[in-house]
Amino acid sequence: MNGAQDLGGAHGFGPVVPERDEPVFHAAWERRVFAMALAMGYTGAWNLDGSRAARESLPPAQYLASSYYEIWLAALEKQVADSGLATPGEMAAGRASAPAKPVARVLSADGLEARFRTGFPSSREPESPARFAVGDAVIARNMHPTGHTRLPRYVRGRRGRIERIDGVFVYPDTSAHGAGENPTWLYTVGFTARELWGESGDPGGLVTVAAFEPYLEPA
Amino acid sequence: MSHDHAHHDHQHHGSDLSPVEARVRALESLLTEKGYIDPAALDALVELYETKVGPHAGARVVARAWVDPGFRARLLSDATPAIAELGIGGRGGEHMVVVENTSETHNLVVCTLCSCYPWPVLGLPPVWYKAPPYRARAVIDPRGVLAEFGVRLPDTTRIVVWDSTAETRYMVLPMRPAGTEGLSEEDLAALVTRDAMIGTGLPGSVPASPLDSPLEMPA
Repeated sequence: MNGAQDLGGAHGFGPVVPERDEPVFHAAWERRVFAMALAMGYTGAWNLDGSRAARESLPPAQYLASSYYEIWLAALEKQVADSGLATPGEMAAGRASAPAKPVARVLSADGLEARFRTGFPSSREPESPARFAVGDAVIARNMHPTGHTRLPRYVRGRRGRIERIDGVFVYPDTSAHGAGENPTWLYTVGFTARELWGESGDPGGLVTVAAFEPYLEPA
Repeated sequence: MSHDHAHHDHQHHGSDLSPVEARVRALESLLTEKGYIDPAALDALVELYETKVGPHAGARVVARAWVDPGFRARLLSDATPAIAELGIGGRGGEHMVVVENTSETHNLVVCTLCSCYPWPVLGLPPVWYKAPPYRARAVIDPRGVLAEFGVRLPDTTRIVVWDSTAETRYMVLPMRPAGTEGLSEEDLAALVTRDAMIGTGLPGSVPASPLDSPLEMPA
C-alpha cells in the first residue's frame, strides 16, 4: 500500500541523529512490546508479513508521529483484535471476559534460544524456472496495490538490471493477507541513481532492491 | 521517539504507570491470562536480544574474513552457511548476503519500508536505522548521509545502496584498515564497529563525532 512506511526518497525529515552509547531498549515497556510481538507471531495467528502490513496500515499521521515500538504496540493490538484473539474491551481492561481462542503453539522459554538461533527460513523449493536471468534489463511495474507489497514506490516504473537471482521465497503480497505463501522467485535488481533520481542522483551510484518476479516485467 | 525513563519498572503498581506503560501491562496480562504467551518466554527473548545477540558477532565474521581468504570467499558467495561456521545465525538472518567494500565501491544498507536488519550478526537495530530520516535519505542522498556519520569518500568511489525489501539481510564486509598486519583475529574484531557493517562507518576510524566507538568483546 502507498502508506507512510514507504519513505525512500522523501524529503523534510531532517538529519540522521545517532545516539551515543544507545541502549537496546529505551524503556521497560519497549522490551515487553518487542517480546510480545515475537511471541504472538510464534502462535501462528498471523505471520511476519501480516505484522508488517498491520504496522504500515496505521493512519499515516499516527505512523509518523509514533516511536518505533509505539507502532509495534498499535499494530499488535490491531492484530489481536482482527484475529479474534481478544476484544478491544478486554485489552483496555487487561482481563479476559471471553474464553481464549485456540492457537497453534505457545512460545516457551525452554529451548527458545536454540529456536531463535536456528531461525525461521522463508525460502522455498522452486516449482518452476526463473523468468529472468542475471543481466536482464527489467522495469519495475507501475503497480499500486492497496494491500501489502514490498516494491517501494521510488523504483516503480524505473528501469533496472537483474544483479542476482536470490531464490524462491514466500510471497509477502499474499502471505500478509492470509492468501497463502505462493512461493515466488526473488531477484536483486539494481537501478542507477540517475535512473531513480534524475540529475540529483549520485553519478555512478546504484540502488538495489530485492524484487519478486510479479513486480517486474522485461524492459 | 519517546524516551520514558520515569517509572520504567514494570513491577510498579498501576497508579505509577504512564498511559503506554499501562496499555502494555494490560495487554501482557490479558494475553497471559488467555494462554497465548508465557511471560517467562518474553523474559528469555529480552535477555537473548538485549544481552547475547549483538554486533560483536558480526565483528567476528569480519575479522575471520580478513585473516582467512577461504572463509572470505565462502562468505561472499553464500553468506548464511559461512556465518554458521562460526556458530552464528537465526531469526532475521536466515538469508544473509555479505557485500564487500573495496577501494572502488562502498556499500550502504537500509530498509526504506520498515526496519529489516541482520539480527544474528548485528543485534537489534538502533533507533536512527528505523527512523524516517535515514530510511528516506539513504537511497536518494547516500553521500550526504555518510557525511553526517563522518564518512567522506572520494567522488570516484561508487556507492551501492542495498534496500532490504525482502527477507534477504545484508551485512557490509569493510576493508581491513592499513597497518593492522600484525593484529590477531580477536584484536581485529575489536576494530569492527556496528556502523562499519551497516556501511555508515569505517572500521577502526575515528568519526567526526565519537558516536560509534569500537565494540567491546564479550567476556
